[in-house]
Amino acid sequence: MSTTLTKSPGAPSATGKARRNRSLVDLVLRARELSIAAALAVLVIGTAVVNPRFLSEQGVKDIFLNASILALLAVGQTLVVVTRNIDLSVGSVVGLVAFVVGDVVSGTDRGLLPALAVGIGIGALCGVVNGLLISFLRVPALVVTLGMLYVIQGVDYYVAHGEQINAANVPQSILDLGNGGVLGVPYLPLITVVVMLAVGYYLRSYSSGREFYAIGSNPEAARLAGVPIRRRVFTAYLVSGVLAGLAGVLWLARFGTVVADNASGWELKVVSAVVVGGVAITGGVGTVYGAALGALLITTIGSALVVLKINAFWQDAITGLLLLLAISVDRVLALRVTRALKKRSRHHG
Amino acid sequence: MSAPARTAPPALALVDVSKSFGAVRALQGVTIELHAGEVHALAGENGAGKSTVVKTFAGVHRPDSGEVRVDGRPVTFHGPADAQAAGVAVIYQEPTLFPDLSVAENIFMGRQPRTRFGRIDRRAMHAEAARLFERLGVALDPQQPARGLSIADQQVVEIAKAISREARVLIMDEPTAALTGQEVARLFAVTRTLRDQGCAVLFISHRLEEIFAICQRVTTLRDGTYVGTEDVADLTPDDLVQRMVGREVAALYPKQHVEPGEVALKVSRLTREGVFTDVSFEVRRGEIVALAGLVGAGRSEVARAIFGVDRWDAGSVEVNGRRLPPASPTAAMAAGLALVPEDRRQQGLVMDMSIERNMGLTQLRRLRRLTGRGPLISRRVERDRAADWALRLQLKYARLSDAVGVLSGGNQQKVVLAKWLATEPSVLIVDEPTRGIDVGTKAEVHRLLSELAAEDLAILMISSDLPEVLGMADRVLVMHEGRLTAEIPRAEATEETVMAAATGRDGTVGEAA
Repeated sequence: MSTTLTKSPGAPSATGKARRNRSLVDLVLRARELSIAAALAVLVIGTAVVNPRFLSEQGVKDIFLNASILALLAVGQTLVVVTRNIDLSVGSVVGLVAFVVGDVVSGTDRGLLPALAVGIGIGALCGVVNGLLISFLRVPALVVTLGMLYVIQGVDYYVAHGEQINAANVPQSILDLGNGGVLGVPYLPLITVVVMLAVGYYLRSYSSGREFYAIGSNPEAARLAGVPIRRRVFTAYLVSGVLAGLAGVLWLARFGTVVADNASGWELKVVSAVVVGGVAITGGVGTVYGAALGALLITTIGSALVVLKINAFWQDAITGLLLLLAISVDRVLALRVTRALKKRSRHHG
Repeated sequence: MSAPARTAPPALALVDVSKSFGAVRALQGVTIELHAGEVHALAGENGAGKSTVVKTFAGVHRPDSGEVRVDGRPVTFHGPADAQAAGVAVIYQEPTLFPDLSVAENIFMGRQPRTRFGRIDRRAMHAEAARLFERLGVALDPQQPARGLSIADQQVVEIAKAISREARVLIMDEPTAALTGQEVARLFAVTRTLRDQGCAVLFISHRLEEIFAICQRVTTLRDGTYVGTEDVADLTPDDLVQRMVGREVAALYPKQHVEPGEVALKVSRLTREGVFTDVSFEVRRGEIVALAGLVGAGRSEVARAIFGVDRWDAGSVEVNGRRLPPASPTAAMAAGLALVPEDRRQQGLVMDMSIERNMGLTQLRRLRRLTGRGPLISRRVERDRAADWALRLQLKYARLSDAVGVLSGGNQQKVVLAKWLATEPSVLIVDEPTRGIDVGTKAEVHRLLSELAAEDLAILMISSDLPEVLGMADRVLVMHEGRLTAEIPRAEATEETVMAAATGRDGTVGEAA
């Protein structure tokens, strides 16, 4: 009968078991970042062998410049996806912001600050609308942000009226942001890295940051633990919107010439980058570093295809393939890890 | 073990509490006092009101009359947060954790130790968690993710969480239902440690031997009323069963006598690993066989396996002499099986769909044939058949096109029955056919089942309602912890014999613990 108490079986062996469990899980978590890094290395080396110009200073710089905006959006998207939500409106926010800010500064000598204020303001507004509808009115995120995507696009077309912003009219101070740098390192990747480190640090080291993961991991448990779910989800959309606004200004700074449908379709690219980077679409798992690496990988594939003279049509197909691969691998690994952990806790009970 | 002399007021108490949900009286004049340093059992049959007591303590329900008292002072819990703040922690049978986060983070979510700059102090957090586990005498790694932890370990994490919040009252709602014997032993060790450190513990279990192993006092409920509180040392298990049952079997249940025909359903040595083991029985035409047992004994799981919803690992199922392939509800239906599931809302009905559509769901192919227009289904054929069944079952409805969700529970159950009877089965499995149904409709469902048996249908009825089991069944099969422990003919079936087998105080049972 259950009254006869046995001492829990040897403490040291149980600790050993726990340690093995941890290293197994660590390995799987890091495996994602390692495998992206490996894929990147193979891609870069392979392409460079075929065409050494791929690794020229300008070539490398171009990749980082192109990846910066995508990675910036991926950082914001990570915050949203980790809470088991999604933000599909970021692409059209970038397009709208790039055009409106371009329009505001064109032919004036307005500098960077007003441009940033307008851009981030628009982004924040879009984020607030998303956040209010999703966290307070509890409308499903997919529908809200899809709706916002089209609404913002419509506004964008209305504002643009078929016109375009010409680089020649954009003040030099803004163009400098997109093309200059300090000590040979361009500004764009610097900005992205700073934002990424800040958000990454916040998510990992602050109590409220961990709550984003808690919400995505088990919303019911989060509610019971007293996590302010609505406030956190709202914040996630606000940050995603703000970063999309910033990305819009950077877009203008980098390209100078802007038409209305700039960055259309980028929302899916961003989501792909995030998922390829190891952020679970079901929430609770993933880092901004992984997401940024995912963005870098997707951008590099695009550049490599150009250098390898492969039709650019293939880029989307390859991105899609990568996405399917990433999700399938996640699923298989998750099942295996769960099974392995369960088996061990059963054996050592 | 004698209870300690009590001078201090109880840490947590219900005093003369009553609570109703609509017309159903869940609790009536219930008093229960939890003292620091004691493990207090709450005993009663399914539906006796145990969960309502737990939820009242947890701040989920507020009593209609009577008081909740903390340290002798009356309080009002406006929600779970209030109860938590008063030091009450509830450990549910299936804990809710964050699978992706570490064990330590699960314990301290929202209350992590911080450094001077507001960052999480991971080292302090892990050390704190390790100290908690040491105090509980279990070896868990704070940095391990919660995913993959056994239910027992998840409960330990929940207990650690409770202690870290300095809970003084721990309520364990059937914590042992999903545990192995060794895990139960560890949980008991932890519970004793907490008791000795001055916690008050409310312990709920269907396993009587556990109550006698760990509890000092026991409060018994029956049909929502308070029976009494006694020292466990003064009781025998039989006394306790007597207290839990002790009522007359009402004459509500009109099973007509039918001479059983040939075997319609034959289940041989059916086993699903870790769920049920070696289950064999037969049901003959014209017979109603009840499958009794406590919640979690594996009854519904057996039904699901027979019907092919779940896979089985060993054994066989024969319907009218034909073996069923495993895990194929389609084959089961074709062979003449019908399953009326336990949970109407989730499994039995599409609540937003109309009555006629719901009834038609199981027979789309037949409706198509009757319509005779290729893949099309005629609305009129569907409606005519639905109207036939509605009449036959005396369904109370306004229009057949109304959504099923607007019907009363009893009438919803009739729609589910119609849906399955329309497939013209030879074996009907009903899982808790009258749960949550008012008394009048309940009698109608019983009459209907009896009539169906008289029409040569073989019926397997899973029920936790003992009077219903005793009144309706020609034979009673009893399950305990995944095994059939008794087969009791109608003449010998009493509340005592069935409960004895269901709680495992009968012969070979209990060796799993």
